[in-house]
Amino acid sequence: MQHLITIIDKEWSEVFKNKIVFFTLVVLPLLLTALPLISLHFISGSVAEGADAADVPEAFLLACGSLPARDCLQIYLIDQFMLLYMMMPLIIPITIAAYSIVGEKTTRSLEPLLATPITTETLLAGKALAAVIPAIGVTWLFFGIFLLGLPLVGTGEAARAHALGTTWLLGIFVVGPLIAVAAVNFAVIVSSRVNDPRVAEQLSAVLIVPLLALFFAQIIGIIILNPTLMLGMIAILILVDIALIYLGARLFQRETILTRWR
Amino acid sequence: MKITTENLTKVFNAHRKQPPIVAVENLTLEINEGEVFGLLGPNGAGKTTTVRMLTTLIAPTSGEAYIGPWKVGRDDRHIRQAVGLLTEAPGMYEALSAEKNLTIYARLYNVHDVKGQVEKYLRMLGLWERRFDPVGSFSKGMRQKLAIARALLHEPRVLFLDEPTSGLDPEAAKLVRDFIEELESEGRTIILCTHNLDEAERLCQRVAIFKTRLIAVDTPENLRKRLFGRKVVFHLRHVQPQFVDLLRTFPFVEEVSAFENRLVVGLSDPEGQNPLLVRRLVEAGAEIQFVGELRHTLEDVYLRTIQGQHGA
Repeated sequence: MQHLITIIDKEWSEVFKNKIVFFTLVVLPLLLTALPLISLHFISGSVAEGADAADVPEAFLLACGSLPARDCLQIYLIDQFMLLYMMMPLIIPITIAAYSIVGEKTTRSLEPLLATPITTETLLAGKALAAVIPAIGVTWLFFGIFLLGLPLVGTGEAARAHALGTTWLLGIFVVGPLIAVAAVNFAVIVSSRVNDPRVAEQLSAVLIVPLLALFFAQIIGIIILNPTLMLGMIAILILVDIALIYLGARLFQRETILTRWR
Repeated sequence: MKITTENLTKVFNAHRKQPPIVAVENLTLEINEGEVFGLLGPNGAGKTTTVRMLTTLIAPTSGEAYIGPWKVGRDDRHIRQAVGLLTEAPGMYEALSAEKNLTIYARLYNVHDVKGQVEKYLRMLGLWERRFDPVGSFSKGMRQKLAIARALLHEPRVLFLDEPTSGLDPEAAKLVRDFIEELESEGRTIILCTHNLDEAERLCQRVAIFKTRLIAVDTPENLRKRLFGRKVVFHLRHVQPQFVDLLRTFPFVEEVSAFENRLVVGLSDPEGQNPLLVRRLVEAGAEIQFVGELRHTLEDVYLRTIQGQHGA
């Protein structure tokens, strides 16, 4: 346990001094929280009570049931923004892991580190947790800020209740961490092949594509985020995580790192 | 702590599609407790691979190695706790302070008194005043000293030093060499990989010259004797041909050659045979200015050994 804590402490002491990591940890979540709140503020002000929601996809309107159009529109927008909160646990760990692993390669600090009695599993777990914990922490923190901001920007009771509903809670508290785990392990795999943290970060960011697909599919009404869909995503992500952890752990072996990571 | 290897072999790509690369082949060695042992060889000879196998960073393809009672591949965590490694590149965390760097490693090496050990080695290597500075601001010599401190934090009984003075200025290199001598006096077993043969000669009790396979292992003195024999140089005011003839009459004289005002004589026991030769030369009219032993450097030994291997 002492080794695990030491690795996390080392990672945080090092990566948080990096401006790019700091930007990703602070500015990005701030933007992704401010954007929905500002949008909701303006939309709440411009859509009158009982106004129709012509831009909301038909399937979504049906899912709203007997809710007033304004509430339905707010819920629709909130659901779009939820995907932004899923991007945070994806982008943040990728950035941290890319700088942490590729950084060790470029400074050639992995060899002395691997010469200590630490196990490879603890080292990998330490690096992964050092990337996942801030990502999840920041996501949850800014989700809390988002919730606190909702009444201040004029959202209705129904929209606020929706943001605390099963779909959102599953998304934030289960899907988010699963995405973060996938992102870290994907970054480990990519980092084993490249020597520039920025390249590792950019290549790892390919993971954002499925989320963007989900985002656009929801905008045009092909899918509607609901608890069933979330459970499906959770099941798929668990399988993806297992596969990526297996691959990442296979690559993150003492001999492989020293002889093949160039 | 004693180190033994028995037919230690490392083949890269052994189970892959690419052609196999034999890095170390059938290395059999015995390094005694408290000995400073030099690993000498050209680039790509397998020195670093050997060190990596002995520090359990990579697994041998075949053969066995023991660090004290612990077997490589079976007791790896014990071995890593017992040995210290100075890697070729210092590999420090540049954004962190010297103190933070050492604190991290002290914890990873399960050091009991982390603060005390960190302070001890920072002071010992003259880095205490700079302990809060980021390592990125350190000179190459300071980084190397810090890397040595890192390798010693857990007081290992066996120390592997890969090119410890590489790229250091003469003053910093001397400081590191003095420090190695100090460590030797504490009874630690030290394995020194170096291209600096002068350094190996000064520090090592025995050296192994190898290029994938072990070519020679002995004390520098014995290697010298084995390759070049022992030679005595007589500096005379004038060398006369009869002096050469006179020396050749002695059955124990192995060879004689004359260069300018010097006679170089091959002898098996100069300490016992020199007085007689000096007496006879003086009787024959030679004016001897002084007598000395012709010493071949370890570099001569190394080059002759490696060239012999090429020729073989």
